[in-house]
Amino acid sequence: MEQIYLDHAATTPLHKEVITAMQPVYSEVFGNPSSVHSFGRKARKYLDEARRCMAKSIHADEKEIIFTSGGTEADNLALIGTAIKNRSKGNHIITTAQEHHAALHTIQSLGKQGFDVTYLPVYRDGKISLNDLAKSITEDTVLVSIMYVNNETGVIQPVEEIGQMLKGHQAYFHTDAVQAYGLIDINVKEMGIDMMSVSSHKINGPKGIGFLYASEEVKLNAIQFGGEQERKRRPGTENVPAAAGFQKAVELAMENKVERRELYQSYKELFLKELEVHNIAFKVNGDYNNAIPSIVNISFPGANVEALLSNFDLDGIAASSGSACTAGSVEPSHVLSAMFGKNHECTTNSIRFSFGLANTSENVKEAAAKVAKVVKRLTA
Amino acid sequence: MKDKKDTRVVVGMSGGVDSSVAALLLKEEGYDVVGIFMKNWDDTDEFGVCTATEDFEDVVRVCNQLDIPYYSVNFEKQYWDKVFTYFLDEYKAGRTPNPDVMCNKEIKFKAFLDHALSLGADYLATGHYAQVRKNNGKYEMLRGADRNKDQTYFLNQLTDDILEKVMFPLGHLKKEKVREIARDHDLYTANKKDSTGICFIGERNFKEFLSEYLPAQPGEMKTLTGEIKGQHDGLMYYTIGQRQGLGIGGAGDPWFVVGKNLEENVLYVGQSYTNDALYSNALIGTDVNWINADQMPETFTCTAKFRYRQDDSEVSVEQMNDGKVYVEFAEKERAITPGQAVVFYDGDICLGGATIDEIIKDEKTLDYVG
Repeated sequence: MEQIYLDHAATTPLHKEVITAMQPVYSEVFGNPSSVHSFGRKARKYLDEARRCMAKSIHADEKEIIFTSGGTEADNLALIGTAIKNRSKGNHIITTAQEHHAALHTIQSLGKQGFDVTYLPVYRDGKISLNDLAKSITEDTVLVSIMYVNNETGVIQPVEEIGQMLKGHQAYFHTDAVQAYGLIDINVKEMGIDMMSVSSHKINGPKGIGFLYASEEVKLNAIQFGGEQERKRRPGTENVPAAAGFQKAVELAMENKVERRELYQSYKELFLKELEVHNIAFKVNGDYNNAIPSIVNISFPGANVEALLSNFDLDGIAASSGSACTAGSVEPSHVLSAMFGKNHECTTNSIRFSFGLANTSENVKEAAAKVAKVVKRLTA
Repeated sequence: MKDKKDTRVVVGMSGGVDSSVAALLLKEEGYDVVGIFMKNWDDTDEFGVCTATEDFEDVVRVCNQLDIPYYSVNFEKQYWDKVFTYFLDEYKAGRTPNPDVMCNKEIKFKAFLDHALSLGADYLATGHYAQVRKNNGKYEMLRGADRNKDQTYFLNQLTDDILEKVMFPLGHLKKEKVREIARDHDLYTANKKDSTGICFIGERNFKEFLSEYLPAQPGEMKTLTGEIKGQHDGLMYYTIGQRQGLGIGGAGDPWFVVGKNLEENVLYVGQSYTNDALYSNALIGTDVNWINADQMPETFTCTAKFRYRQDDSEVSVEQMNDGKVYVEFAEKERAITPGQAVVFYDGDICLGGATIDEIIKDEKTLDYVG
């Protein structure tokens, strides 16, 4: 049985060219980029090139790119690093109820340390309201963290407008762009983004690397301590082969952005059309017309997440509920709870399907047929 | 019969050695095995540690060793409604409930069985020490070959239509052999300690646990003749025949719990293990279940167990018109406890069971046992 992967929002397969780009670095470049000899210099060159590529991809300066171990660390560094450093200016943080746990749990921990936190509500369309944000901003606000694209619903947040709103205010604007980067054109300078988190493995790059963009204006403390790498903001010997692979993944994403958007959108539309053809009841969660092409979140009335996911897997379909698990069992999604209310049925009958490199029109169509079969059986 | 490779068996996996070996044996026989972990209780402590998470980690590691898929299913709500509520209600009524019997009846072999079937399972397997035998088109349940580990007592509420869909791969094995198989295959759980006690309480102090859910009402400890012997901490903390924790000193034989008076909140105590007040000759059982109901005559003799770790006793059983059973003992029995199960056997065949409701001595109901 062919296994069909519809979980690209969780992680993506490595692009072949990424593997090719990394192989020689793994086999030939082992030097420490901080070393003052030829081995070190050779490694450093790879790192510099990767950094330049990342910076260019979002119209930032190379100095503003901090390599991290991934999106989670980038979020932690951005949020803890600036909240603590700028506490004398104010004690208020604004975020949303639907952030990825990497940001949400970090901000909750800041809340426990005495910061006042406002969690903006999320509406049924999967978006926050700019009005709510405007009303929440005070003189005491030092940090606003709002994700670019929600990882469960794929809904795009009004990042440009938020950036505009915060211009001239002391608060830094951080956005977790892990699901957006690679498919959406991002110009951090024009958009007024002060900090942005990006992960490599969501765009067909290797795991274990990501970056934080932090504008030169941003005053940020390190949250780990050690050597002076990354301009003293992130210690530890850099993962050079991963940086080289990440660079290739970024180059491919930038080159093929438009094509990928169109392709993934066509998969999404095909998938939904096929579900309709098979005549099962379903509903798309969040604003379909304002979502990233790669993600769709679907509610199947009368079904249950655990039974759906296990059955899909046994039939060779890999999807996700998008939310956290404890002891392997699916807890109601905090994102859907924020959108629909805590005990709404959507929180226990919704599945996230996400498209990408591992898909073809044929396997998307086949997956839809299998999904429909399972849903029919479980809701019969 | 389908080929084994086309026969899907869902194994209820707890993260312990028994269910690990159950899955291993089925996999070796060639079945299409799927491991499922049930999360019935959230015991996350103040450090965010939860035994369910640890146990699920073991399920994950073992299933990956066996190369079988694994999932988890959450029955916290059903468990609370069907098992825990019953558990508290029985304690409130001054009785000693058996949550394992209820969990098997309502969760493992009902909600969980349904879930397994929804995954296309042909069978549900567990690591219980019991055996299923097909006999003349009927399904019977036999004691586990390891008499020390036999778990049919806890499975007494199953019926033949359920047993038709159930496998107990360890039923013919001794516990030592199960450990040995686990070690031979280097299973991650091979040396894991067996869990003890009631699953949701675990290693915690029982008294402390119960007091979180039920208000404890201390009261007097008296003899059946009214002599005050001390104070009890709350009737729910005591069970009939119990010796520990009474704190009655002095000369003579040790003291035992012989009964409870719920209305007056009095714990009855009596001196000596063989105190006459602890003995009875019959009981009335409710929630009667027969594994093969249509084969049970109105009256018959068989053997019975009144608690888990106990040898069988000779009894005669009468099915009464109101659906209850009247069970008369061939010889008087000590410390029969309301709320516990009485389970009936014909040799190695488990016939079914009931909940002990009333205790009878010399044709009179003992009102002091609660």
